[in-house]
Amino acid sequence: MFAYTVRRLIQAIPVLFGISIIVFLVISLIPGDPATAILGAFATPENVARVNRELGLDEPMPVQYLQWLGGVLQGDFGRSYALDRPVADELGERIGPTFLLAITALILATIFGLLAGSIAAVRQYGWADRILSLLVLVGISTPSFWLGMMAIIFFSLTLGLFPTGDMTSLFGGGGVLDVLWHLTLPAITLAMVATGVVARLTRANMLEVLRQDYVRTARAKGVPEHLVIRRHAFRNALVTLVPIIGIQAGFVLGGAVYIEEVFQWPGMGRMLVNAIGQRDIILVQGGVMVIATAFVLINLATDLIQSALDPRVRGR
Amino acid sequence: MTATQDATASKVTDAGKPQKRGGRPSAWTRLTANPMTVVGMVLLAILLLLAIAAPILPLPNPDATVLSDRLLPPFSEGAILGTDHLGRDLLSRLIWGTRVSVAVGLAATLVAAVIGSAIGLIAAYYGRVVDAVLMRSIDTLMAFPYLLLALAIVAALGPGLLNALMAIAVVNIPFFARAVRGQALAIKNLDYIAAARLSGFSDARIILAEMLPNVLPVVIVTMSTTLSWMILETAGLSFLGLGAQPPTADLGSMLGDGRDLIHRAAWVAVLPGLVILLLAIGINLVGDGVRDVMDPRLKSGALARPAPATTRRLPKDDPAAPAMGERDVLRVRKLTTHFEVGDRVLRAVRDVSFSIRRGEALGVVGESGSGKSVTALSLLGLVASPPGVLVDGEIWFNHRQHGPMDLARASMRELRRIRGDRIAYIFQDPLTALNPVLKCGEQVAEALVVHRDMGWPEAEREAVRLFETVKLPTPKEKANSFPHELSGGQRQRVMIAMALANKPDLIVADEPTTALDVTTQRRVLELLNELRHEHDAALLFISHDFGVIADLCDRVQVMYAGEVAEEGEAAELFRNPSHPYTQRLLACVPGLGRNDEIEAIPGLPPAVDDLGVGCPFADRCAEAEPACEDGRILLRRVTATHHARCIHAAGPELPEADDDGRISHG
Repeated sequence: MFAYTVRRLIQAIPVLFGISIIVFLVISLIPGDPATAILGAFATPENVARVNRELGLDEPMPVQYLQWLGGVLQGDFGRSYALDRPVADELGERIGPTFLLAITALILATIFGLLAGSIAAVRQYGWADRILSLLVLVGISTPSFWLGMMAIIFFSLTLGLFPTGDMTSLFGGGGVLDVLWHLTLPAITLAMVATGVVARLTRANMLEVLRQDYVRTARAKGVPEHLVIRRHAFRNALVTLVPIIGIQAGFVLGGAVYIEEVFQWPGMGRMLVNAIGQRDIILVQGGVMVIATAFVLINLATDLIQSALDPRVRGR
Repeated sequence: MTATQDATASKVTDAGKPQKRGGRPSAWTRLTANPMTVVGMVLLAILLLLAIAAPILPLPNPDATVLSDRLLPPFSEGAILGTDHLGRDLLSRLIWGTRVSVAVGLAATLVAAVIGSAIGLIAAYYGRVVDAVLMRSIDTLMAFPYLLLALAIVAALGPGLLNALMAIAVVNIPFFARAVRGQALAIKNLDYIAAARLSGFSDARIILAEMLPNVLPVVIVTMSTTLSWMILETAGLSFLGLGAQPPTADLGSMLGDGRDLIHRAAWVAVLPGLVILLLAIGINLVGDGVRDVMDPRLKSGALARPAPATTRRLPKDDPAAPAMGERDVLRVRKLTTHFEVGDRVLRAVRDVSFSIRRGEALGVVGESGSGKSVTALSLLGLVASPPGVLVDGEIWFNHRQHGPMDLARASMRELRRIRGDRIAYIFQDPLTALNPVLKCGEQVAEALVVHRDMGWPEAEREAVRLFETVKLPTPKEKANSFPHELSGGQRQRVMIAMALANKPDLIVADEPTTALDVTTQRRVLELLNELRHEHDAALLFISHDFGVIADLCDRVQVMYAGEVAEEGEAAELFRNPSHPYTQRLLACVPGLGRNDEIEAIPGLPPAVDDLGVGCPFADRCAEAEPACEDGRILLRRVTATHHARCIHAAGPELPEADDDGRISHG
């Protein structure tokens, strides 16, 4: 187990390098001149040259990359022009709210997705399966940003149960309850699509597993059906499902951008949308790098959980 | 979703009149057989027709602002769905917006499909370095959260509908590249591709003319999954203000406009989202249908979940219990099990009767598909259902406490109590029959925990003792191992330990050594034989191997096409095989046959959904005559303890009513 963990950690390093190269390339291939973007169309050539020098843009591309990567590894993501502060400081403030939202949504999606999918599989073609399948269909077909607005219209504006946004408690004031109160609608909305996907895949995997020989063996042994499902089928289905949940983390982290926008959540997503609007490239670079790294780490974690569940994986 | 179609496909037809399956229905017929797919198609057709016809529909100009008519609610005069904050007609804007959203979504899907397929085909065709470099890049793209990479690309290219389209296409390329590469690798080494290479066709021609047509189904399936994402995500980018820019409006940017109005005019935000939702539901429904048709595993309910016990459709009678002596363990009468697949009825087991006594071993032989395993599984309702159905028969088990009970009519609770306790199974392939994620000791202990008043720690200690009994080396260590860490022979010993845990009255061994190598085979058989004598258990031993049966069994039953062809005391049957099928089978076994030449039986067993009334072996039989096909052949009495279902067998026919319980036990 320890050896497997170390091996997976080492394997993650080239992936992170690849990500940093793509982030750097995408941003560096911007048509037009970043200095002009920063200074505006009426900048003097001298000023443009000065900004280019400050940004290191007069160096060859590989040198630029290494300089940027060197900074990133030391926690220096550069300086945001639009906000006029270090990118690292801005990211530090924004990371917490985004991860609170995303992790809550991922946990909700995991619990309800596994539950709904298992019930649907066990009651295949029954009314529970039909209703759940319909809900899942609507879930994966709903634009989450629209669902968020509908939730605000119904639960906040009509019923007055939850706030429409303005999450400020995380930065002083307000207690845990206030945070939860603000978190409820955005987290549920964000979890919706992922729940649908997890439920669908759980149903398919459970059906697959229930046809396996060892399930027949368990039944031939006289194991009560609820234990056949839990101990024999579900544990095996989970082995395949855990990495799938890791992949869902990517959709949740991306979807958080919309939800933060709808609920005015003070996280990385809103920061990125604003930064893109203002062409604050360095801030975008830093934000994307941090979220992508988090995604790689979440996938690493799910791989390790999978290996804990399945003895065969550890040997590989 | 898939539920409805599968349910329709496995619709039960009249079991008495099995229908012949006609030609394979066309993909379109199968697609439209699913009502949910049809709903999706209709939904999509309406939305698409409206979008396409937008220029010729009598709609107001979607961009005409009428400041006096701002924020009219739906059902206002002149604006059936109301107006937005600039007084623009919402119905008109929705239809024109759908046009833009669908066009962008389709374009993005096409771009992703073309580039992704090209990458997948090139990676598969050239292999090695090209493959490694391309697929590593694709993996790295996939290491990004989906939407985030799209955001980064829009950040670089700048906001705009075309840029959003490109960004969404790029993030979807990996799905196409991976799926196409997988399929292309599978066909790359097929003969005709190799032949094309040898004939000196250019690489481009082989890829485009030979490989592309074969990966198209995969491309279509991937398109059916990704199209709705792409429409949702481009709408999302527009919603964030990064896609469609005014005056162009798609459904996403309309939602963005509506966002600031949710306090005053909710309908401006509600309606565009609703259209996106309907569009996505339509695409997903059709996509599910397409996948059902194209994925062979999903056809004919092959993914249906087997029920905890075989479905029964028995005649409504309450058969009286036969008299069973103390040594009688099982008496089966006219067991009939069908498989109902689509509108076909496979008659896997027909009117099979037999009985076993304590300490006795009954061998069941036959080719694969003869119904021997299904017979064994039918005893405790373990035939997978769907498609299995227990149609007729009585399965009398002589329970130590409760006396004879009919397992064909027992409740699920009664069945469960007998399974693994009084009747235990040993399956063919111990690797697949053992649970891969549970320790071997745990799996054996479970059999004790569920049937006895025993806690886990005690049961696990007992499992170690059982491992000693089945002669597993280092039993403690083996109890702590997972099945994949053991050898094939050791795994089968674990299965035997599991079967013996509760000292059953009957052990059913279904080809227990077929998956093992020859030396291991012999040792496992010796163990099984030794232990069943020790426990004085009855053994139902299923095998296709006459040699093994001859070593182990007291009586033999030969099965062919779901029927008992011949049965009798082992020594008698081997000395005087009276059914031509048995004769041919025995002739195949060196040392057992009467003649020395070994020859295979010509032809194949008949399809069990297409059986005539006469002898099913007639087509392959050298001694067949017209009378063989005339009517049902009954068992004939060769001796009191030996019967054969052949008109050439010496001896009188057994009356059909006596077709059961015919082997008298004194």
